[in-house]
Amino acid sequence: MAECHPVGFQWVMEAKAKGARVIHVDPRFTRTSALADTFVAIRAGSDIAFLGAIVNHILTNGREFREYVEAYTNAATIIDERFRDTEDLDGLFSGWDAGRHAYDPQSWQYAGMATGPAAAHQEDIPQGEAHGYGARLKNGDPPETDPTLEHPRCVYQILKRHFARYTPALVEEVCGVPRERFVEVAEALCDNSGRERTAAVCYAVGWTQHSTGVQYIRTAAIIQLLLGNVGRPGGGILALRGHAGIQGSTDIPTLYNILPGYLPMPHADAHPTLADYRAAVCAPAGFWGHADAFVVSLLKAWFGDAATADNDFCYDHLPFITGDHSTYRTMLDMADGKVQGFFVVGENPAVGSANGRLQRFAMAELDWLVVRDLVEIETATFWKDGPGVDSGELRTADIGTEVFFLPAAAHTEKDGTFTNTQRMLQWHHKAVEPEGDCRSDLWFFFHLGRIIREKLAAAGEARDRAVLDLAWGYPLLGHHREPSAEAVLREINGVDAQGRTLSGFMDLKADGSTACGCWIYCGCYADGVNQTARRKPGREQSWVAPEWGWAWPANRRLLYNRASADPAGNPWSERKKYVWWDAGAGRWTGHDEPDFVVDMAPDYVPPDGATAEHALRGDSPFIMQTDGRGWLFVPSGLMDGPLPAHYEPHESPVTNPLYAQGANPARLTQPHRLNPDNGPGGRYPFVMTTYRLTEHHTAGGMSRFLPHLSELQPEMFCEVSPELAAERGLENGGWATISSSRTAIEARVLVTDRVASLTVQGRRVHQVGLPYHWGWKGLSTGDAANDLFGLALDPNVHIQEGKAATCDIRPGRRPRP
Amino acid sequence: MRHPPRPEAPPVTAAGPTRMGFFTDTSVCIGCKACEVACKEWNDVPEDGLDFLATSYDNTGALGADTWRHVAFLERPPVPTAGEREAAKDSGIRWLMSSDVCKHCTHAACLDVCPTGALFRTEFETVVVQQDICNGCGYCVPACPFGVIDQRKADGRVWKCTLCYDRLRSDMVPACAKACPTESIQFGPLDELRTRAAGRLALVKEAGVPGAHLYGDDDTDGVGGFGAFFLLLDRPEVYGLPPDPVVTTRDLPAMWRSAGAAAAALVGAVAVAFLSGGRRR
Repeated sequence: MAECHPVGFQWVMEAKAKGARVIHVDPRFTRTSALADTFVAIRAGSDIAFLGAIVNHILTNGREFREYVEAYTNAATIIDERFRDTEDLDGLFSGWDAGRHAYDPQSWQYAGMATGPAAAHQEDIPQGEAHGYGARLKNGDPPETDPTLEHPRCVYQILKRHFARYTPALVEEVCGVPRERFVEVAEALCDNSGRERTAAVCYAVGWTQHSTGVQYIRTAAIIQLLLGNVGRPGGGILALRGHAGIQGSTDIPTLYNILPGYLPMPHADAHPTLADYRAAVCAPAGFWGHADAFVVSLLKAWFGDAATADNDFCYDHLPFITGDHSTYRTMLDMADGKVQGFFVVGENPAVGSANGRLQRFAMAELDWLVVRDLVEIETATFWKDGPGVDSGELRTADIGTEVFFLPAAAHTEKDGTFTNTQRMLQWHHKAVEPEGDCRSDLWFFFHLGRIIREKLAAAGEARDRAVLDLAWGYPLLGHHREPSAEAVLREINGVDAQGRTLSGFMDLKADGSTACGCWIYCGCYADGVNQTARRKPGREQSWVAPEWGWAWPANRRLLYNRASADPAGNPWSERKKYVWWDAGAGRWTGHDEPDFVVDMAPDYVPPDGATAEHALRGDSPFIMQTDGRGWLFVPSGLMDGPLPAHYEPHESPVTNPLYAQGANPARLTQPHRLNPDNGPGGRYPFVMTTYRLTEHHTAGGMSRFLPHLSELQPEMFCEVSPELAAERGLENGGWATISSSRTAIEARVLVTDRVASLTVQGRRVHQVGLPYHWGWKGLSTGDAANDLFGLALDPNVHIQEGKAATCDIRPGRRPRP
Repeated sequence: MRHPPRPEAPPVTAAGPTRMGFFTDTSVCIGCKACEVACKEWNDVPEDGLDFLATSYDNTGALGADTWRHVAFLERPPVPTAGEREAAKDSGIRWLMSSDVCKHCTHAACLDVCPTGALFRTEFETVVVQQDICNGCGYCVPACPFGVIDQRKADGRVWKCTLCYDRLRSDMVPACAKACPTESIQFGPLDELRTRAAGRLALVKEAGVPGAHLYGDDDTDGVGGFGAFFLLLDRPEVYGLPPDPVVTTRDLPAMWRSAGAAAAALVGAVAVAFLSGGRRR
């Protein structure tokens, strides 16, 4: 965190000064480790073994926050009798279909729950995001529960059995962590959780970059739910995103399978009509019960007056998905000549995405490529000076791609918001005009749309209605005719039929009388005021600081904060008091905006026929779930199992001691001539992992071209332990060549104890640390670490396994063409 | 740490400005180098070489004409001294980070030897080079006991930290202190900083780093105390700092006295020689 988020780390330092204990677990000893109270070196790719053992430690020693677990999680829920665990099936859950290479989750359901037949073409429908809302319960309560947590098929007992073999000895064997160190960490977590104390888990997005990435986070969620660290101050799981505004890019997504506000993208087969879509997304209980209002308001925001009840609010104008259209799938298709055009905005796939060689080969097959960035990055010039060109693999004369490089304005040169990891929107004002031809992305896409619409309007084709019906009017400012960013934010916030700004998402209607660009952002422009631009100093308001920026939803700073009170509505403790029920006033109150129906009493029981949030009980804090509970066991929504299990990375130098199934069976391996595997055996004996340095920014576009940052880390290097250096003859300050089946790269060598060689399954496993910031352009140059990695993807979110793979390392520079 | 808030502006009162300085608390430094970058951005200091030094994460190397803040990274091999073991807890690794800067000495040799008056002591009792007066003679370079002040190759003049003299005159905090995310670099009236540092040192020692100490907070040391002093977790030598810095002009008065006495003796001897010679003739 100090390494990649040094500004955010000030709050960790402040907590530490107040007595917080900081524990850091990482394959390398980082700037964070240097300031932590405890550092644990772990083998890259083994985290679920470590975290799962914490779950086991909690359950075996009775360290869970029992009242919290009983009241607020699905621990008591009884699971379908057909369910079989990885313990029963040697690494597979029930429902595995070897032919389809995917799970059928029917047997993971709550017992007694009516489940219909699987939808047609289920295998094509991405379930991860699209169906993650709920188990489609017909009422707020699961049909069968055992409050004593003794029933052998209740979640609590399943969890206990599932993790029983995740012991300190296993941690030592799999992770290379001495068992005493592990117990120390587990005990520290338990000691700092409960009524009086809370503990937080912070991770950077490297945690997600595994073929089991989603399950890493899931394991942390199980720990935090067992310890009562969710919805309470000082608790939670904090995802430290990779850029200042990346949270915003999932809220208002640049992802193919979701619409703004985490609504699923319609699927051509499953949701042909708005009625089908509504039926699929509207949950019977919880706030997703209003999903129809969210989606209709979205359609009204996008298509304006053209969206009417008679035409399903232009639902047909939305793009429909038919399968996996994620970035890596698209690049593979591009390499096969199936993609003609490509916009690259604020990204540098030529060096920043896994398997850089594949990325460059793919872009060489395009008809046209548009790159918008602050500087002329590698993605804009790969066709004339990239690694493939010097080796003769790519011949400039043979590349037909027409490349347009367009200079972009920086955040200081335009108005807009950043949404940070706390879901907080913060407005930034333009400080200076962009120079020369540099323009904001808003300017670019607005005027591109304007010109396309003008051309299409002249053609008058019916097929162009989706573009022509878009509401495309914004005030244009200045001599560059810059669209007003505040007008866009106001559209995202939403307005009623009279054009008045809405104050919150509960104002949204499914009848077309409201328009809202993103339901979770509704309220960010309440009262016609840009709430995100508020900068009231912390010392002039409460410690929760609700008047600094604006956090979604409804300016709530802590999600699920109903859980900070006990089932009766009283704070769990005075020390951790946050939101509570004021019986006299008949309202929830406290330091934050209650994340609950504000006047729903703790003893509320839903009457028959209740819907949405009123179908959940008054003591159910997890209001987005159909059962109102935190899910220790996930009956629906995950592609690779209802519980996390330790699988080895797709490429690993060791075998899985737990199961015959070595790697995640549901991972996506993407076989392709440009995506070879290292395969088992001794050819690539070492573990490699990538990471960031404080001095540079991701793929380097914002740092490698600046002298004051480049001089701080002036070229690509790798980090190896003295042990590996001795074994392979690597010299500090010298050169090394690191190779995989994808390619070979060279790097300067730092020999350091900070990157650990560990004893795993009785033998030494060496790790090669690779910062991934470099490419061949700019002031600070070097080979791209991402070129070494293949595409083995998490099945839920299709992210690459960029944090653990195998490699070889040798002294000297790579061969030159 | 954040409370009570430290004053944004130096208290330049009617009674006269207070001595302002830096307290660099290395126990909370995270090595982000924001100080180096902020310093260069504000003071328009050029890039100082794109050289990979293979010295941990330090590719800056040392203070110089084009580097006025330098973050040192000190990796210690496993099993060093008892104090280091304590600092490393049981991971076996210790990684010290420390942002070095001009010390703005009470007795500043650079200032003493400057023949043009380009180096002067400001109203904040900081030591600053006036670039329009410096003639590039370079006498100050060997005079500095810390090797801080340095000539810029291109123009021959000497450059170093000004403690952001221009910012101070505008009631602003120096750029490095402003950019530091963990308040490892603190700016303020020197006596306040010393009080705060003493309290911080007690906490750090209590937390189990017995080797922690303040460096440069003693008015009786060889330079009369630093205007920019440090909390270090190990001996100064570990950080590349002199353990007992002495102002290089300390012996100048005595030397001048000796030289004067010698000159007087010589004049006397010559006079005697003349007198006696005359007599001889």
